[in-house]
Amino acid sequence: MKQFFFFIRKEFYHLLRDPRTMIILFGMPLMQILIFGFALTNEVKNSRIAILDNAKDAATQSIIQQLEASRYFDIIQVLSGNSELEPAFQEGKIKLAVVFPAGFQQSLGHENAAPIQIIADATDPNVANTLTNYASSIIYDYQASIMDHAALPMTIKTEMRMLYNPQLKGSYNFVPGVMAMVLMLVCAMMTSISIVREKELGTMEIILVSPIVPIRVIIAKMVPYFLLSAVNIGSILMLSVFVLDVPIQGNLVLLVGECLLFTVTVLALGLLISSLADSQQVAMLISLMGLFLPTIMLSGFMFPVENMPIPLQVISNIVPAKWFYYIVKNVMIKGLTFSYIWKETLILVGMTIFFMVVSIRKFKIRLE
Amino acid sequence: MSEDAAISVRDLTKRFGSFTAVNAISFEVKRGEIFGFLGANGAGKTTAMRMLCGLSFPTSGKATVAGYDLFREPEQIKKSIGYMSQKFSLYEDLTVRENIRFYGGIYGLNDKSIKSKTDEMVQALHLESQVDKLVKALPLGWKQKLSFSVAMLHEPRIVFLDEPTGGVDPVTRREFWTMIYEAAHRGTTVFVTTHYMDEAEYCDRVSIMVDGRIDALGTPSELKTQFVAPSMEQVFIQLARKAKRSDN
Repeated sequence: MKQFFFFIRKEFYHLLRDPRTMIILFGMPLMQILIFGFALTNEVKNSRIAILDNAKDAATQSIIQQLEASRYFDIIQVLSGNSELEPAFQEGKIKLAVVFPAGFQQSLGHENAAPIQIIADATDPNVANTLTNYASSIIYDYQASIMDHAALPMTIKTEMRMLYNPQLKGSYNFVPGVMAMVLMLVCAMMTSISIVREKELGTMEIILVSPIVPIRVIIAKMVPYFLLSAVNIGSILMLSVFVLDVPIQGNLVLLVGECLLFTVTVLALGLLISSLADSQQVAMLISLMGLFLPTIMLSGFMFPVENMPIPLQVISNIVPAKWFYYIVKNVMIKGLTFSYIWKETLILVGMTIFFMVVSIRKFKIRLE
Repeated sequence: MSEDAAISVRDLTKRFGSFTAVNAISFEVKRGEIFGFLGANGAGKTTAMRMLCGLSFPTSGKATVAGYDLFREPEQIKKSIGYMSQKFSLYEDLTVRENIRFYGGIYGLNDKSIKSKTDEMVQALHLESQVDKLVKALPLGWKQKLSFSVAMLHEPRIVFLDEPTGGVDPVTRREFWTMIYEAAHRGTTVFVTTHYMDEAEYCDRVSIMVDGRIDALGTPSELKTQFVAPSMEQVFIQLARKAKRSDN
């Protein structure tokens, strides 16, 4: 057992003396959370729009005022004719234009119907959709406000409630994703590199000739990364709660427990990679292509899995991060209890055992 | 197989698919002997040595190392041998003291004996001023000598040295061999591979491998008489010319 602690101490020396490793270990989570939190946001705010008001009456004025007042829009241009619309979009100055026809208020008052045209730049379809929705709902609000005086005989009112994330914050979605990514990088990539490095240096041979039991070598390699990952999990959670205002709705112990389980899963994956790779470059490449990319693409964090073609949906099931992402989202954001996520937890446990067994067997075969 | 042999090998074979890297070799190494294990690149000497150290599993044959059976008692063998590989094998980002402590630790030495061993070793190698410096700051010659001392840390009965003096200057090579002699004097059996034929002359006995077989075995002077050659170099060249396979 003492051999084991000598080994762990040595691993810590390696870690603490390599500034690059330390930057990856602790700088990366911080950077990713901050970048995703403040820079890479898909929320739509202060979009630049133009108004073409051919009516210039009280009704259009009041709609324009409400558009201006909303935090989604910024009116930067007031157009004077249809011919100016096309150039404004072509120059890329505006994302959306609202066009009022002449005699807007009159039509509204006498014919009980008045058209408004909303034109959006749909090069980014999601943004265009969001913006037109915002604009329509502002117009709908106006309509509702004047309808108080003259109620229609029958109307259907839709009432919307955004559950779990009423402010529609992007950070609710990406914090679980970033957590999966960081653990993937720290655990899988760093462990595999640290084992392969010993193969490259030739120190692995010396260790294998010594009486230390191979399984202890493996565990000793994993322990430091496990501890550092625990620190990372803590810092990511703190950053998301205190800096990004993402609350932890569910049980903290359950959440941390699930995070630690996933850490062991990816440590086992790192081990598997190290038994396949013979150089640090190969280990890094396999980690990035084989783990990191699928984590981003198929975990549901960037792109919803339900919208993917069936084959990709099937493949996504073997990506451990998909299950972890699901678990964290449900515990952290929705505040669900263990009874809702036990199946996913079981899948992660199964994967962990599978990776462990395969990699330990592989590790042993190599030395015989 | 005689009882007092440090290493005893009978018909040891290693095949990788259809390629026979080591082809039924047999030899014995006596206790306290310096045994030179020679051969051209690709002759199979590293594979043979790796089998004896437990790094590679033999396809067939029999062998005992330090009196333990290679197949049935690998754990006992591991405790009784030291190994120094071709590659430099200390951690560059650890200090001299930390390296000694780590290797002492995995061989199960206690803190007290690690401490006294460290002092002893540092004194013998004149590394007093370097002991708390990172190993990467040491010149190659020192590193090799330190590697050897670390391989001897747990006082193994047999030490395997795989081309220990590759890339080292002649003076350090000389000093290195002095250390080997001292180890042999203290009763350690030394099993060494080398490409330097002057080093072959320092060995008590030598074997020369060609194409996976041992083609010559004896003291340097016996071999020179047998092959009517003025030096070990000539003996080696005569044998190595017959080789049909090479590294590439």
